[in-house]
Amino acid sequence: MKAAASSQGLAMPHIRPGRILAWTLLFIGGVVMVTPLLFMLSTSLKDASQVYDLRVIPEAPTLDNYIEILGDGRFTRWLINSTIVAVIVTLSNVFFDSLVGYTLAKFRFRGRYVVFIAILSTLMIPTEMLVLPWYLMASQFGWLDSYWGIMFPGMMTAFGTFLMKQFFEGVPDDFLEAARIDGLNEFTIWWKIAMPLVTPALSALAIFTFLGNWTAFFWPLIVTTSAELYTLPVGLSSFAVEQSIQWEKIMTGASIATLPTLIIFLFLQRYIVRGVMLAGLKG
Amino acid sequence: MATVEIDRLVKRYGQTTVVHGIDLSIQDGEFVVLVGPSGCGKSTTLRMIAGLEEISGGEIRIDGRVVNDLQPRDRNIAMVFQNYAIYPHMSVADNIAFGLYRSKLSKSEKRQRVEQAAETLGLSQLLDRRPSALSGGQRQRVAIGRAMVRDPAAFLFDEPLSNLDAQLRTQMRIEIKRLHHRLGTTSVFVTHDQVEAMTMADRIVVMRDGRILQVGTPLELYENPVDIFTARFIGSPTMNLLPASLKNGGADLTLGGSVQVPPAAATSADILVGARPQDLVPSSPGVPGLTVSGTVAVVETLGSETLVHIESAGQTIIGSAPGRQIPQIGEHLTLHAPAERLYYFDKATEKALAAR
Ligand SMILES: Nc1ncnc2c1ncn2[C@@H]1O[C@H](COP(=O)(O)OP(=O)(O)OP(=O)(O)O)[C@@H](O)[C@H]1O
Ligand SMILES: [Mg+2]
Repeated sequence: MKAAASSQGLAMPHIRPGRILAWTLLFIGGVVMVTPLLFMLSTSLKDASQVYDLRVIPEAPTLDNYIEILGDGRFTRWLINSTIVAVIVTLSNVFFDSLVGYTLAKFRFRGRYVVFIAILSTLMIPTEMLVLPWYLMASQFGWLDSYWGIMFPGMMTAFGTFLMKQFFEGVPDDFLEAARIDGLNEFTIWWKIAMPLVTPALSALAIFTFLGNWTAFFWPLIVTTSAELYTLPVGLSSFAVEQSIQWEKIMTGASIATLPTLIIFLFLQRYIVRGVMLAGLKG
Repeated sequence: MATVEIDRLVKRYGQTTVVHGIDLSIQDGEFVVLVGPSGCGKSTTLRMIAGLEEISGGEIRIDGRVVNDLQPRDRNIAMVFQNYAIYPHMSVADNIAFGLYRSKLSKSEKRQRVEQAAETLGLSQLLDRRPSALSGGQRQRVAIGRAMVRDPAAFLFDEPLSNLDAQLRTQMRIEIKRLHHRLGTTSVFVTHDQVEAMTMADRIVVMRDGRILQVGTPLELYENPVDIFTARFIGSPTMNLLPASLKNGGADLTLGGSVQVPPAAATSADILVGARPQDLVPSSPGVPGLTVSGTVAVVETLGSETLVHIESAGQTIIGSAPGRQIPQIGEHLTLHAPAERLYYFDKATEKALAAR
């Protein structure tokens, strides 16, 4: 392996065939991923008559769609709804997942193992199967068509709890015991000592939860009926069924909706990559 | 400052008992070191004093008050951990100030205490640093600072020096000793390093398998070990033990020769004769005592003295020669220890025969 690489190196220093293959694959992957996004952006810059003209660079680019969409009260309402839902669910997960994860990781009590297995086993049930019980529950408690109705299934997740438990297990007991001797109560030990020690995991959890809820479509669609409570993805899809399908409006809305995701990725790239590695996730 | 009294203290994990009812009374201001091999229950005992581990039986009193059911924070003790346990997300100053978390002092008084502790420990220049930017020795000093600021009833140390390199360990050993001298706070120090135990302790507590074997000053343990375990544990290199069988007043060594045994020790047929390497020196056997000879196998030159390992009838015996007198490997050498420097143990019970 080494010898082959160095004899190649005579002709083309530093470039190995494996590398070229990897780059090619990555490039193809990149193109496949980016093309729809480009089309989304380009369509959002066209007027209705140009939509089926499939050129990537619009002939007569216009910001009219953006002006119209942002001026449309419904859209801003949905933007606000999505923000409220994603932020509250994220905060709730960061708080409760780590509280439960910490308890499972650091306290010995009867039934600890059973609780952990019970939480883990919910990971094996697909969301599609849960939607019906959720809906029945929401309807019986009168939560349909409300913020709480959209949020309650995600306020805590088994995955987040599991992730945080794994991380808290890596926090040495000495830290907690030293704090116990210094006189902190158990809640403060968790909040002031343990939590700061797992910030990488917390930021990964927060990012994943936020993105997941920002783009959530299926459940919000089912649980909401009034347009004022739609989240952004649900609202955008409702454009599609008004009179005629207004692709340029949908794409404009989608472009705006992508913005927070993009910003999060750009600024928190480092944490996301680390989070993915930590969580052992793919993509 | 306070006394610490331990009465029939027991610790059980499920079915297994790891501390078997130990008794220990620590005086106000005393520096007591718990030593023993790995797994003998030193940390468990210390952690029960701290309140980090529940007590399965017996009683612990700090300053006369039974603390069995008190939370660690209500026992007014401070603990220094092997891994320092200083918080990586806080500055040195904040870490030290954490020792005053529950104190009702004003902000400025707290700051003053922190600065004072930092001054004592030579950390004044480092107060704004993060622990990640400190050396191991400095981190351990921060941990000690956090314990110090509170002015606790007792300091508990669990192998605080074992993560440091040899030189730093020696230095910190002296610093902790000096600090104890200055503050006079009752201290319990756990280690499995006998040199630390010997050099730091007012009294050493030797533990084995969850029991206390012997309690005494370093010199008492060195001079009067109650059994083979303590005899071999205290002192470096380890004491030589030579099997012998009693015959009409004397003892015939298995490897040849014989020694006189004091009548008080002549109570068992099979005994072990002990001689510390420092007492076993090359000299002519003019006085009564133990004489062994053999071939020099290994020579360890320490400068101040030279350790000589000789082989005799299949057994290795360690003796010492003056620093400048270095025997040759392969040379035939005779070592001698005077009778009053010898130890005698019962081979079957491993107990010492007759106090010396
Ligand atoms: N949580 C536990 N459950 C069961 N046994 C335990 C537990 N904690 C400690 N032990 C056992 O108790 C015994 C004493 O442990 P301890 O930590 O006090 O030893 P130590 O003297 O401090 O040893 P070392 O020098 O290695 O630190 C050991 O045999 C250990 O296996
Ligand atoms: Mg220990």
